[in-house]
Formats: sequence, structure tokens, C-alpha cells
Amino acid sequence: MASTHVTKRAKYKTTIKDPGTPGTLRMTFEKILFVPHNPKSAGKLDVEFRYIKGQKHTKEGSNKPPWLNLTNNQNGSFIFEFENYSDLQECRDFVGKVLAKGGEVSEKPTVAYPDEQLSAAEMELRIKLLQEDSELQKLHKQFVLSGVLTETEFWATRKKLLDREVSKKTKQWLGFKSAMISDIKPSTDGRTNKVTFNLTPEVILQIFAEKPAVHRAFLSYVPNKMSERTFWTKYFRAEYLHSTKNSIAAAAEAAEDEELAVFLKQDDILASEAQKKIRRVDPTLDMEADEGDDYTHLPDHGIFREGNKEMTESQNELYKRSLSQDINRHAAVVLEGRAVDVELEDTKAVAEALAQSKQKSSNKGESDGDISRERLDRLSRMTEIEDLQGPNTLPLAPLCIKDPRDYFDSQQANALRTSGDALGGIEQIKCGLSTQEVYGSLRESISSIKAMGLKEPIVKPEVAHQVFDALTNSISNTKYHIGKNPQESVLDRLPRKTKEELLHHWTSILELLKHFWASYPITTTYLYAKVNRLKDAMSNIYPQLEEIKGSVPSELRHQVSLLVRPMHQALDAAIQHYEASMQKRSAQSGERPNGYV
Amino acid sequence: MASAPSKLYADDVSLVVVLLDTNPFFWSSSSLSFSQFLSHVLAFLNAILTLNQLNQVVVIATGYNSCDYVFDSSSDLNRSFENGRMPVMCSSLLQKLEEFLIKDEQLSKEEPEGKIKSSLFSGSLSMALCYIQRVFRSGALHPHPRILCLQGSPDGPEQYVAIMNAIFSAQRSSVPIDSCYLGSQNSAFLQQASYITAGVHHKPQNLDGLFQYLMTIFATDLHSRSFIHLPKPVGVDFRASCFCHKNTIDMGYICSVCLSIFCKHHKKCSTCGSVFGQAQSEAASASDKKRKTPET
Repeated sequence: MASTHVTKRAKYKTTIKDPGTPGTLRMTFEKILFVPHNPKSAGKLDVEFRYIKGQKHTKEGSNKPPWLNLTNNQNGSFIFEFENYSDLQECRDFVGKVLAKGGEVSEKPTVAYPDEQLSAAEMELRIKLLQEDSELQKLHKQFVLSGVLTETEFWATRKKLLDREVSKKTKQWLGFKSAMISDIKPSTDGRTNKVTFNLTPEVILQIFAEKPAVHRAFLSYVPNKMSERTFWTKYFRAEYLHSTKNSIAAAAEAAEDEELAVFLKQDDILASEAQKKIRRVDPTLDMEADEGDDYTHLPDHGIFREGNKEMTESQNELYKRSLSQDINRHAAVVLEGRAVDVELEDTKAVAEALAQSKQKSSNKGESDGDISRERLDRLSRMTEIEDLQGPNTLPLAPLCIKDPRDYFDSQQANALRTSGDALGGIEQIKCGLSTQEVYGSLRESISSIKAMGLKEPIVKPEVAHQVFDALTNSISNTKYHIGKNPQESVLDRLPRKTKEELLHHWTSILELLKHFWASYPITTTYLYAKVNRLKDAMSNIYPQLEEIKGSVPSELRHQVSLLVRPMHQALDAAIQHYEASMQKRSAQSGERPNGYV
Repeated sequence: MASAPSKLYADDVSLVVVLLDTNPFFWSSSSLSFSQFLSHVLAFLNAILTLNQLNQVVVIATGYNSCDYVFDSSSDLNRSFENGRMPVMCSSLLQKLEEFLIKDEQLSKEEPEGKIKSSLFSGSLSMALCYIQRVFRSGALHPHPRILCLQGSPDGPEQYVAIMNAIFSAQRSSVPIDSCYLGSQNSAFLQQASYITAGVHHKPQNLDGLFQYLMTIFATDLHSRSFIHLPKPVGVDFRASCFCHKNTIDMGYICSVCLSIFCKHHKKCSTCGSVFGQAQSEAASASDKKRKTPET
């Protein structure tokens, strides 16, 4: 029912307690219009759908009256009370439609950039990332919601984050339930003589997986020989016969109806599979399958279904089924997992898909030649007699050690003066003397000290006093400026709020600069507009930084300005570049008809 | 191997490994004469040994061509150097020092003119760390080791890599490296060493009072440093030398695999062999260059 508008009688309430102004509510795709019956009352409402964020409503089964609550962007809400729930439902559907449509259109039509089609999953991912990381959220709020960057640009540099989130959600296939749902108990109707079986697609899949004979029968009979409904009717008749423990009747019916017989017999596919497994058993102890698996042919094995332990004649044995067989088969299927991942609605499709997957897996195990060779290999490996083996010489990888001398020494171009050294260059020891002489003088000093003993006094008292004074002065001066711990950073001594602000400014400056420098060279109008936006945002940061400097107590002000200086430098460099390129552009663009000047 | 928390007999037992700069080229042009320097240092070593009965001192001479141990207070070989004028330990140290200098001179070869005459600081630092490792492995009861560098020679940029490696291993074993620079300029290596390993660096203004500096600043044991204020440098010179030419640089290129530093753009890293991509255009500025600033 596609309607372009909905008109209903309703009461408009501003709060829940408000009795409500009766009037007419008219909703179109663009806006909501509420006109009260009494023209003098003040409840007129005219809201555009753009501002409506979401809707809430009271439930039908509860005792509450039918209310619809529309929330808008500023967290205000409009509550409408309807006459009955069907009205409410109609309005709700309409609003839902409009909101869904509205969500797809991007907010700002950008100039030349294609709108990004976001899937719901992507949106969810982004919202989740934003919720988890508050830094990211702050940046997002600051730049995207104020229009400096668009969503696309913001997330373009964070692809890795998004990818990581996506890969976290592993695609797991749900397996089968461990309860035996294929063991369906029918519901009997006491009055009529009917027995009703419930069949769902899940059950169908499980039946096909567990009973390959039924699967084969389905593929061959449906839709050629009988319809699906007939097929399942026969299947359940067979089930019913089993459940009545009446094997004689079962045999009788099987003789009549050959299709029914298929369901009543033992599953021959299973039997052959079991035999194949036995043949493939590795003599080196593979616990996978052994003779005991083929219990279908063993007499009086296990608990019979429905607790019946009677022995019966062999001709009816075919029509018996034992509980243990069913349980084992079911367990095996559950452990194998779900082999197909198809929509369960179409039974035929499911059957075919299952058949295909079986075919594939049997092809994989097919090449007998390979298998037997592998077995022989494994046999020989496991039955090795170690004493008789030859020596095991592994090939040695040659050792490659680089000559450490090129690493440590270097006689090439040893700089005499370091470049741009603010400290005035490394001291060049003036050596008028030769090597011999210098060594000689050193040795002389040692001999002199040996002869004369240590200097007396070691240090003159005035000198010591001076040194001590100077040291204590400098230590007490710097203690408050720099802090005790040499590893402590200035940031830790600032008040917490200032520190957080400074760090936030750093990250936002980095973000802006990243986008700014990435937009050069400017080739499209989009980039030009973007660069302008970024430059404005950057110029706004200067006063904020000044504010921070002003808010800090005076002894820390110098430290803070040291911290802020690199931020200034980076911003200055960016803005200089911007202005230089603007000038170049204006110089070049004299003749351009739609010049940007 | 990080130092195990040693169950000390007392908190302030220390092992001081002193790296003595015996670069003759430096001492011949220094304002402080070598004999005066030795007096200060020998008195200082004596003082350390008297601070606590269990203190130990090891002295390694950093020569121009080689390095060697010249004194170990815990060894018993000091007996034979009796000399009336000075304590036994001093005379044995001096004797060994003299022998070391003779050996060092014999190892010298013709040097090209203009080479920076730096001492083998990296060698003696490595020897000190090896000694300390041996002490760590000697048992649970051992003194707190630290290293004191008395250097005057300028930094040799070709030793940058080896010195940084030694510094990082000292940091890992929690061995502080104190440094006292006696030359006229500044030594970036010593500043970095003390900064990274949480040691103390000082450049004395008045070399006549060297003994006073040593006693005030460098005699403090590690336990007391938590409550005794020691002088802190205002800034640290973090410049590195490039791996290709051993020049000191402050802006360069880094290999993102092994963090080797180069001054020019290379096609392939010479340390780890990884191939570098194309040079980024000028627009992508900050990612390729590294700038070290103090107090980040």
C-alpha cells in the first residue's frame, strides 16, 4: 500500500502527562503537519522529516494507549496519541518508510565526488569503531560534523581499522542441532484418526543428510514420479509404521508400494559407505572405522526402537531399525557439519546442493591409486627400524656472517666539522706533537705522581666551597622547572585538562595536516574546496593554542610554549605552502573563464 | 639478562666501574693536567671504598688504540705494590696504567691528518658491561652496579652504532651510566647514555674542583638517588650519526625494517638488505623524515 501521505485523527502531546490537543495529523514524505481542531489552541506543529531521528511506540498488547513518539535531532520528542492501534500501525509504517529513505541520501551534496553507497554493515562497523575509541570519536565530531572533512575522507585513511573489524567477524557456519529433530513425533488428533507431522526446511536438510537413501529417492522421484507432498506423505507413513513396531504390517505395505519400500528398508547407501570405510582402514592403527561399524548386519545388536527386544523372523529384519543406528548416524552427520549453505526454502534446491557436495567430496577421495600409495608410504614410515637406518645427514646451510668491520669502522669521509652544528663544531684537538711525545708526556705525569704522591690538598677549600655552592644553587633552581626525574616529561606536570587538550590538539593537527598535504597538487575543484576548508580549520587552531597558554600558571608557561612551538611550526609551514600556491595560481589563471581568483 | 632483584646485605652497596679516558692527544691539550686529574680520581675512588665496606671499584682505561682493566678492588693482587707515599691501591693502579700506556703506544699506527682523535669509548663501555654481567651471574648477593665515565675526548661518530648498542643493553640490565665530561665542547653520546639509562650527566665548570664534583654528584649510590636531588641537564642532544658516512645528522632517512639511519636516499638498506620503495613526492612530508627534538 504505497501512499504518499497519511492522515489520521490524533492528539498531540508535548509530554506524557499532557492530556493532548485533539487534531489532525497529516504526514507526507517531506513533513509532518498537525493542525488542532480548535484553531485557537497553540498545538500546531509543522516539522520536516529531515529533523526526525527515530520513532518509538507503545506495544499493542500492553494496557497503554496507542502512542507514537517521534524524536528529533535536538532530542525533543513529539508524542501523538491515536484512536486505535491500527492507525498507529499505519503511521508507524509510513514513518519507517520515510526514515529509511531519508537515511540513504547524504547530507551535503558534494561538488564532484560520487556519494558513497554505504551498506548497513559498513555503517554499523563505523559506529562501533567510533563508540570504542573516544579519541576517534572526538576527531570525528570535530571535523566531520562541522563540515571540515567529509565522511569518506575521514575513513579513507582508516581503511586498515575497518578491515580489521570486518575480519574479526568470522563467517561461521551454524551446524546442525544435536537434538534429533529428524526423529519427529507426530501429533495425534484424538477425534479424527489423523496423525500430523510437522516438517520444516531445517528438518528436511537434516533428513537428507542423515538418510542418503531418502535423499536419493527424493532426487529421483520428485518431481517426476510424484509431487513433494506425496513424497513426504509416504515418508511419514513409513515413519509411522516403524513407530508402531509392526514389522509385519511394514513388510506387507512395502510389498504393495515400491516407493514406500524405499523408506522402510535399511539404508543401503549407508551400508555401502560403511563397508568402504572398512576397506580403507590403515593397518597402522586407524581408529576411524572397523568391523564393528557395520553393525547394520549384525543380529541382535543394540536397543531396538521403542524398547522392543523381541526377536523376529529374518524376513522382517529388513524392516527393523535400531535406535543405536539412528543415533550414531545422527551424531556422525552433526559432527561433519553443514555441507551446504543454501536457502532452505526450496527443497529441490537443497537436495541438489547436497548431492553436489557429496559428489565433490567423493571425487576428492576417489583416486584410489593415490590413496594406496599414500598408505604404503605411511606404512613404511611407521614401521621403520631405527637401528638399521643410515646416518641422517641434513644439508647444511652455509653460514653467512657479514664482516663486522664494515659495520663499525669507516675510513671514508669522516666529517671534520659536523653540519650546522649549533655547538660550534667538534673540538679539533690541536696536535702539534707527535704520537710519541704525547704518550711520553702522559707517562711522565704518572711517574711524577708516583714519586710525589697525590696532590696535597686534593682540592683547595675555597674551590670546593665554590663548586658546592654553585651545584646546590643550580639543583634547587632546576628542581622546580624540570622535575626530579630525568625521564619525566613536561606533560605530566601540567594539569590534566591542559595535557588532554594539548594532546588532542596534536592529534587533530596531525589529522588536518595529513589531509592537507595529501591534497596537493591540486587538480580538481573538489580538492581546492577541501584545501580551503582545511586551511580555515587550521587557522582556527591558533587562538585555541593561545588560550591554552594563557590558562596555565606562569611557571609552566615557558614549558607549554616549548611544546606548542612545533605545532605552530607545522601549521605555519602548511599555511605558507597554501599561500604560495594561491599566488602561483592567481598569477597563472589570468585567462581562465571560471578562474578561482 | 635483566638484573635479578638482588637481595642485598645493605641497600647502598655499590659496584662502580670507572672508565678513565687516557687519550694522550686529549690530555696533552687539556687545561687540567693528567697528574692533577689522577689525584682527584684516586682520592675519589678511595672515598667510594670507604663509604661502605662491601663497595667495589673497577677501573678500565679507555685508550686511543685499546682498552684494558687497570684496577679491581676485589682482587688480591694489590699486595706487591707497596709504596710508602700512597695507599696500596693507588700505586697498583698507577703501575698498571703505565703498563697499559706502553702497550697502547705500541699499537699506534700512522693516522691520516685531520681525523678526530677520539678514544675507544665503545670498547671500554662494552668491557664494563661484560664485567657487570659476570657480577650478575655470580649469585644472588651482589652489589648494585653502575658505570661512571670520565671522558674528555670528543665523540667519534664511527662509534655511534656500537655505543648505542651498549647503551641499550645497559638500559635493559638497568645499569645506570653516569658521565662526567671534561672536555670543552659537549658530548652527545654521553648525554644520551645518561639520559637513556637514567644516570647523571654533568659537565664541571671548574675543573680544579673536580674532586668536589665527583663527591657531590657521582658518589651517590643508587638507592639514595631516589631521595637525593642530583643536577639535571636542561636538554639532551639526541643527534645520531648516519650509518653510511658516520656523519652526525639531525634529519635523515630511516629503514622501517631495522631502523638504520641514512643521510641520503638509498635504494637498498645496507644493514638488513630490504629494498626501499620510490621516494615519496614532496607532498607526503612527515612520514619519511625523522626529526628528533628534545622534550617531545
